[in-house]
Amino acid sequence: MELVFALAIGALTAGGVYLLLRARTFPVVLGLTMLSYGVNLFLFASGRLATGSQPVLGTAAQYADPLPQALVLTAIVIGFAMTAFVVVLSLRNLADHGNDHVDGDPKKRTPASKHARERRPL
Amino acid sequence: MSLPLVVLLPFLGAMAAPLFAQGGRTAIAIASTVPALIALAALFPHWQTLADGGVVLHTYEWLPAIGLSLSFRLDGLSLLFALLILVIGILIILYARYYLKPEENIGKFYGLLLCFKGSMLGIVLSSNLLLMMIFWEVTSLVSFLLISFWTHKKGARRGARMALTVTGGGGLALLAGVLIIGQIVGSYELDDVLAAGPIIKAHALYPVALTLVLLGAFTKSAQFPFHFWLPHAMQAPTPVSAYLHSATMVKAGIFLLARLYPALAGTEQWFYMVSFTGMATLLLGAYIAMFKHDLKGLLANSTISHLGLIVLLLGMGTELATVAALFHVINHATFKASLFMAAGIIDHETGTRDMRRINGLWRFMPHTATLAMVAAASMAGVPLLNGFLSKEMFFAESLALNLPGYWAWLPPIVATLAGIFAVAYSARFIHDVFFNGKPINLPIYPPHEPPRYMKIPVEILVFACLMVGMFPTISVGPLLYAASSATLGVPAPDYQLAVMHGFNLPLFMSFLAFFGGLLMYSQRKRFFAFHDRFREIDEKAIFEKMVFSLGLRANQLTAATENGSLQRYVMLLIVSALAVAFLPISKMGFFIGSNGLTPVDWPTATLGAVLIASALATAAMHRERFFALVLISVVGLLTALTFVRFSAPDLTMTQLSVEVVTVVLLMLALYYRPSRTPVESSRGRRVRDMGIALLAGSGMTIITLAILTQPFSSISEFFLANSKTGGGGTNVVNVILVDFRGFDTLGEISVLAIAALGIFAMLKNTSLTPPPGDGLGHTWTRDRHPTMLKQIARPMLPLALMVSAFIFLRGHNLPGGGFIAGLITAIALILQYIASGFSWTEDRIAMRYHNVIALGLLFAVITGAGSLAFGYPFLTSTFGYITWPVVGKFELASALVFDLGVYLAVVGATLLILVSVGRINPHSAIRPVNSESSYGADTTTLTQRETE
Repeated sequence: MELVFALAIGALTAGGVYLLLRARTFPVVLGLTMLSYGVNLFLFASGRLATGSQPVLGTAAQYADPLPQALVLTAIVIGFAMTAFVVVLSLRNLADHGNDHVDGDPKKRTPASKHARERRPL
Repeated sequence: MSLPLVVLLPFLGAMAAPLFAQGGRTAIAIASTVPALIALAALFPHWQTLADGGVVLHTYEWLPAIGLSLSFRLDGLSLLFALLILVIGILIILYARYYLKPEENIGKFYGLLLCFKGSMLGIVLSSNLLLMMIFWEVTSLVSFLLISFWTHKKGARRGARMALTVTGGGGLALLAGVLIIGQIVGSYELDDVLAAGPIIKAHALYPVALTLVLLGAFTKSAQFPFHFWLPHAMQAPTPVSAYLHSATMVKAGIFLLARLYPALAGTEQWFYMVSFTGMATLLLGAYIAMFKHDLKGLLANSTISHLGLIVLLLGMGTELATVAALFHVINHATFKASLFMAAGIIDHETGTRDMRRINGLWRFMPHTATLAMVAAASMAGVPLLNGFLSKEMFFAESLALNLPGYWAWLPPIVATLAGIFAVAYSARFIHDVFFNGKPINLPIYPPHEPPRYMKIPVEILVFACLMVGMFPTISVGPLLYAASSATLGVPAPDYQLAVMHGFNLPLFMSFLAFFGGLLMYSQRKRFFAFHDRFREIDEKAIFEKMVFSLGLRANQLTAATENGSLQRYVMLLIVSALAVAFLPISKMGFFIGSNGLTPVDWPTATLGAVLIASALATAAMHRERFFALVLISVVGLLTALTFVRFSAPDLTMTQLSVEVVTVVLLMLALYYRPSRTPVESSRGRRVRDMGIALLAGSGMTIITLAILTQPFSSISEFFLANSKTGGGGTNVVNVILVDFRGFDTLGEISVLAIAALGIFAMLKNTSLTPPPGDGLGHTWTRDRHPTMLKQIARPMLPLALMVSAFIFLRGHNLPGGGFIAGLITAIALILQYIASGFSWTEDRIAMRYHNVIALGLLFAVITGAGSLAFGYPFLTSTFGYITWPVVGKFELASALVFDLGVYLAVVGATLLILVSVGRINPHSAIRPVNSESSYGADTTTLTQRETE
């Protein structure tokens, strides 16, 4: 059971990271979403895996750890808010630059060092 | 109280001085003298204590946790330096009154001068090494500001920067050294450090600490190979050169060596490092001084040479050598400060400092010439002047130094050689400037004597040279004795301050130096010709080149790592995270905890397999955006199922409803862009990213496995035990959210609200035109709002709202609650937007979602604050039971109102987000439904505003 759960988290992380490294905003957003699934499951795992023991008093003999559940519940909602924010950021990027590359317009990119080079030392 | 006052007064004066600038140079000069006079008066009563070998300590706590205290210490050594700082400071103030022109920024000048005086006094009076470090750095900074006082001069700015770089860098080394010493001793208080000398010297880190401290001292005191900054600091106004760069600040390094003498000196390492550095500096400075044509350049290099002499004496490590070192500190300060002032007068009166042009000034300014010649004679070591006495002691000590074999000859030879050079450059100073024909092409001609009062400081110092030279025992004997005893930590040895010690070897060396020097000067043309054969090493050019190439390297490094590509930054971020986690994870390996693995059942295995497959498929198929979206929603649904499989029904409900909202949102986002992602990355990069992703995934798997199989103890026992009795609900998760950890939840709904408002603001004036089709050749459907969808969606609304209310009300005792109910309500409303369009929906829902969010937050906060009214902490909840006629016994908890706040905030935020994204496209709002000619029939949207 634990192995399957751990592998699932691994797959979500791997898929999320790979998508995160793509050059267009849409895959990056998908990657973030997937990564947050993985993270939520991981946080949930800190309460260990329990079967048939929901933390509702009087419904089971033993109760699963309610604290990680409460934390993950809010994490899911906030994760949605953050995903939405990133999606809108990417839309704004699309509106301002006319493409959905994560670096804006790659041709017009200004590397940080370019500013630095203008300030010549001494 | 008096010691902190002595340090504080000049700083107060520095703040007050600019106020007197309006009153002219005399007013500000008088005002600037006051702190020094008070300080002298404050130090005077302590003299008897110090003369008896006592110490005055004033300690106040500051930051005891890091060992920093405001502790001040006055003993013979600090008194010697404090007197130099204060007395020469007063003379400099008087001198600067005539040196500066009325139109210059005298307020700034005197303010900085007083700042310097305060920090320099801070160095010599601190009894805490950390406190001393603070003042040490302040002197470097003020020195920077004073060197660059004439900010319009390029040379001044560069010289200031160089001085700051070198002394500031040395200051960092010193700080490290001080910290090591503090770690060894366990205290930064001087008393403890000095008493712990044997412990420090025996410690394994002693060589490191010593090297670092010496770096600090050598950079400050311009020792080889850090000497080069001092000549370039001569771009400063002459009062600054005389005060900071010959009499006081450059002696801070020497003071430090003397101060830490009991703690650090007496080892072989000390001997070799300090004495050989001193020897090299002594000889090098003297040699270069000979060939400088600039008056101040000559004096600066001579200063370097004399500082080297003092360092060499301290390095010798004998008690008598230490006495000689301190004696020379006094003597050098007096004759060199007066020489600088004389040089300033000459510069002031002739307009140049080039010794090839200023000749024969004796005829024009005999008074100044006499003073300068006496001081220069003292520098050369002519008998009856103070320079002679300490030089004689130096010669004697160089002979007494018993190095093995032929090495024993080295110190006396170096000493005599440096003596010869000193006589030669002193002779040059006297003969070239005041005799040697007539002045050549002076900018100001004819030169004449300076104002009467400008000469007074020089007169006083030259008088001191004579007094010390002729009556040493009366004039400086007691002070020197007190200072030497304080430096050594034991009463100073017997020594005699006599004008003549009889005919002995040191006297012979003096003769040799004197006549050798005169001979060298008379043959100067040959030496100049010899010197000109070598290309002069331009330290400034080397330094600037080094700094420049450092800057260039930094730029290259920045360019190599920070090229403006966010894609690369994300990669670097992930790779660094992997790098940090790699070692601990690989050490742990494939770890199975003591709980072991439990057997898997078929449904769970299937669920897991599909989850993994769809996650990987999403990544693999991501270029087909719509397909990827479908796949990721499968991942989301399976995640929800995973939660319910492992006893978390609340999470499942939340995840399910969030999933719906997320997919709608992503669909909307997809509408504005092509459905297919172009190939951006090369094959190599894709493989690299796969490798990174694989590493990240495996790492997470290993960690999760290790966690899951470990036994653990949780604080949740408390929540389970008190949920019903304390929070009044049986759904422990919900009770935690609205009661135990209500403050967290309040924070979280605030974040949600802020995100929603941010999104609203970000899209307020944004317009995006969607592409005419999905980019794959398909056009949008003509049927924007399919009748079937409309007909199903409308009756769904009341049903969904009812479910939502049910979920909300039962939340406290059964899975459900404000978050989930809020999401369900939001979904039901969004369905109306999708099915029937913006206008139709907005005509019927007359709500501004901003207000809904605000109302929600208000509910939550008021419920929380309500408990304050009853004298309970913020967000304490209460509950009771009432019996309704039909329903029966019903629980009423204040937490329910809080949960209502959560509900409203979630509804408002979710809808605000989706509605903002949905109405980006202004064209569909303006364009009539059937004006299909302009955009083609297909530019409709899933949730577009239209006029029905």
